[in-house]
Amino acid sequence: MRFMLLFSRQGKLRLQKWYVPLGDQEKRRLGRELVQTILGRKAKMCSFLEWRDLKVVYKRYASLYFCCAIEEQDNELITLEVIHRYVELLDKYFGSVCELDIIFNFEKAYFILDEFLLGGEAQETSKKSVLKAIEQADQLQEVRAVYLPRPLIPLISQAF
Amino acid sequence: MPAPIRLRELIRTIRTARTQAEEREMIQKECAAIRSSFREEDNTYRCRNVAKLLYMHMLGYPAHFGQLECLKLIASQKFTDKRIGYLGAMLLLDERQDVHLLMTNCIKNDLNHSTQYVQGLALCTLGCMGSSEMCRDLAGEVEKLLKTSNSYLRKKAALCAVHVIRKVPELMEMFLPATKNLLSEKNHGVLHTSVVLLTEMCERSPDMLSHFRKLVPQLVRILKNLIMSGYSPEHDVSGISDPFLQVRILRLLRILGRSDDDSSEAMNDILAQVATNTETSKNVGNAILYETVLTIMDIKSESGLRVLAINILGRFLLNNDKNIRYVALTSLLKTVQTDHNAVQRHRSTIVDCLKDLDVSIKRRAMELSFALVNGNNIRGMMKELLYFLDSCDPEFKADCASGVFLAAEKYAPSKRWHIDTIMRVLTTSGSYVRDDSVPNLIQLITNSVEMHAYTVQRLYKALLDDISQQPLVQVSSWCIGEYGDLLVSGQCEEEEPIQVTEDEVLDVLEGLLVSNLSTPVTRGYSLTAIMKLSTRFSSVNRIKKVVSIYGSSIDVELQQRAVEYNAMFKKYDHMRPALLERMPIMEKSSSNGPTEMVQTNGETEPSALESKHPPPVTQPTNQANDLLDLLGGNDVGPVIQTSMPTKPPSSGGELLDLLGDLSLTGGPTSAPVSTGPPPQPGFLLDGLSSQNLFNDISAAGIPSMTAYNKNGLKIEFTFERATPNPNIAVITIHASNTTDADMTEFVFQAAVPKTFQLQLLSPSSNVVPALNQGTVTQVIRVLNPQKQQLRMRIKLTYSHKGSAVQDLAEVNNFPPQSWQ
Repeated sequence: MRFMLLFSRQGKLRLQKWYVPLGDQEKRRLGRELVQTILGRKAKMCSFLEWRDLKVVYKRYASLYFCCAIEEQDNELITLEVIHRYVELLDKYFGSVCELDIIFNFEKAYFILDEFLLGGEAQETSKKSVLKAIEQADQLQEVRAVYLPRPLIPLISQAF
Repeated sequence: MPAPIRLRELIRTIRTARTQAEEREMIQKECAAIRSSFREEDNTYRCRNVAKLLYMHMLGYPAHFGQLECLKLIASQKFTDKRIGYLGAMLLLDERQDVHLLMTNCIKNDLNHSTQYVQGLALCTLGCMGSSEMCRDLAGEVEKLLKTSNSYLRKKAALCAVHVIRKVPELMEMFLPATKNLLSEKNHGVLHTSVVLLTEMCERSPDMLSHFRKLVPQLVRILKNLIMSGYSPEHDVSGISDPFLQVRILRLLRILGRSDDDSSEAMNDILAQVATNTETSKNVGNAILYETVLTIMDIKSESGLRVLAINILGRFLLNNDKNIRYVALTSLLKTVQTDHNAVQRHRSTIVDCLKDLDVSIKRRAMELSFALVNGNNIRGMMKELLYFLDSCDPEFKADCASGVFLAAEKYAPSKRWHIDTIMRVLTTSGSYVRDDSVPNLIQLITNSVEMHAYTVQRLYKALLDDISQQPLVQVSSWCIGEYGDLLVSGQCEEEEPIQVTEDEVLDVLEGLLVSNLSTPVTRGYSLTAIMKLSTRFSSVNRIKKVVSIYGSSIDVELQQRAVEYNAMFKKYDHMRPALLERMPIMEKSSSNGPTEMVQTNGETEPSALESKHPPPVTQPTNQANDLLDLLGGNDVGPVIQTSMPTKPPSSGGELLDLLGDLSLTGGPTSAPVSTGPPPQPGFLLDGLSSQNLFNDISAAGIPSMTAYNKNGLKIEFTFERATPNPNIAVITIHASNTTDADMTEFVFQAAVPKTFQLQLLSPSSNVVPALNQGTVTQVIRVLNPQKQQLRMRIKLTYSHKGSAVQDLAEVNNFPPQSWQ
């Protein structure tokens, strides 16, 4: 996988993970263009497209688009499964995940992604193992005991 | 200094901004606060500040001033700091910044940390964005971790190694020992990442590939276990056990089995098993089937398996899920070259996909349809493709039009069909046609001699309808300029001829010149066309007027043309007819290979055929002209093409046929001709016939015979088979003279029974020198379709020592091989 982008229906970026070395400007430009291209596609169209010299796989879950750019020899259908697995992990972790969870806890989303994929490839195919690792890593975080009045924010993150 | 605002608080605040400007203001304020906090080297809140910075970076704001802070976080002892620090490094730093190298030491330390989650962070960061220098420095640590028994670390180390190898391929060797027992792991994470590592190594190095081939049985076993084992809750996805691992193994098997018979055989069974047993109701099953098909097609599989694979693709084509259809079309496109017939069976489904709503599917279906077009299905396929061309999106039209032209050129069942197809494309998608198709089409039209009247008529009618599509207009004006006389004469065989006057034609062409829709190139075409009509039409004065008007055109190109044409009317009027003659046949020199007979000399220069100049000796391309010239400048005309059917040989000794065949094969046959001594016309043939002799000795092995031996005149026959047609025997006679006087005015004639056809070529000379000083050779071609025994009656006349000699003889002793 070359990169993964999560973005909203309005084109706002919620997560970007790049597995290829590109400059900041370049990343922004690519990201913007790809987001526009995908948002321009109609609902009935297939989840794959050739964009520039890349194969792109995308799927919409509620208000979020999950988009991956894969290599020529990668299997598009299994990439859809990879995306789905990531959504399942987020769902399990946050408990019925929604876009807000990812907005307010973006660093968690990254941590989970980094336990599932490494260098663009899946490092663990067991859902349970990934979640266990995250849980244990979370335990290691030095918790600051602070009163959080707002019940909307998940109580998981209190480290900062 | 109050505590910096918390991350979630910041996020909430920024989200309340109603305008871009408001958001920017908030961000700038916060950035300023963060900057001063960084300046104070505050350890407590550094983590929080960097986290906020990362959020603002994601919104698109610059965050480079946080790079060093990330490094400080990574160096911290606190896990929270490290987590955010490494995340920041992966987001803000990349190998272009020198700063990133400072990470190396921290990563090295963390790779040896006591807590596996810290080690994991380091491995993850290195594996995501490690530069070549970093990889070089840390490869040893990664290799160490690859051998650990801790599966959590081992799987990460494997993928990290993949990244190291990608960055620094030379380091691949050092990971080889560690791969020894990777596949004996039970842990699926380790298995999966190991297979990825092995795949990477095999793809990069043929040596590694051969080394790892021995793993095929083990891989097959693992795959088998995955399929056969019962429900495993940990790895189950919709009833399939660990599809990610299955797909990866199938991909590795593909690489190992490619071009290796033994490996391919070893995996035959498991592939068949996967192909038949995988559940296809969900995407995950189809993902595995897809990978299986790719593997089957790529290795040396037996034909039954290949058919199974193509059938799976055929089923995919009918699947409701458009993703599956897309994937099927892509795979079929890859296999259409190798398994053409199998793919042909699914042609109708593929053509249906042209009507799919999805752009990607349509494109794939179009490419595949063009690949499937052949001589048998051209009419049906073209109908569908033209319909597609009419209704498709503009982004497809150029490619589709080019494809249609190519297919039509290769498989056109008739010239008329070809012209009609071109017309259809030009009239419906004329503005999307590629620039180079205009000259290609013009060349095509020129070559279809008998269709000129029909073509120009149809193009004229198209022009009357619509002058906006430039390629159509350009081709049409060219044709009208060339064949305008046919247009007004009202002759057309293919369809009802239209009645059009010269003035009407000139009105149309002049209309093109003044129209706003015409590009400068088109205008150039029209002006030239009008000029050409000056030799074909009678209304020369009108043309003169038009041309002189454009002599002062603002467009420089038009002006130049008009001025030159004006000159043609005034000073060079005597040359005008010759300059504006019909164009000769143009051969496409690039695509048709060595069969170049007539050079294209540009628009208005005289053609080589029509001029009569003495034959130069060495140029092969002019040989054809010379030989034709020998016929006394027959008006052979532009009919000599590579596609001309071979005419049956007639007994009158028509040079043209034989020469036509020989000179079209280019190269070798013309070479000896050019090196011959001073030209008597017949000597050229001498060269040819001595070549035949060569061939005879080396190849055919038919023994020569003496046909006649009397009064000192000996005639020997040598044989060879003319290779394109085994029914033709080529006999070369060699007449020699043992007497002490020359035999002059020597004429050899032959006759054969009615079932044969004879062709006698010119003799090398008509003097048989005395005392065997030389021979006269002559070539006879005999067509023997019924394979009957060859018999010949020959008549010889010559002058010897002042008296005329004439003799008749029968030749019956032909060796059986010459006529069987």
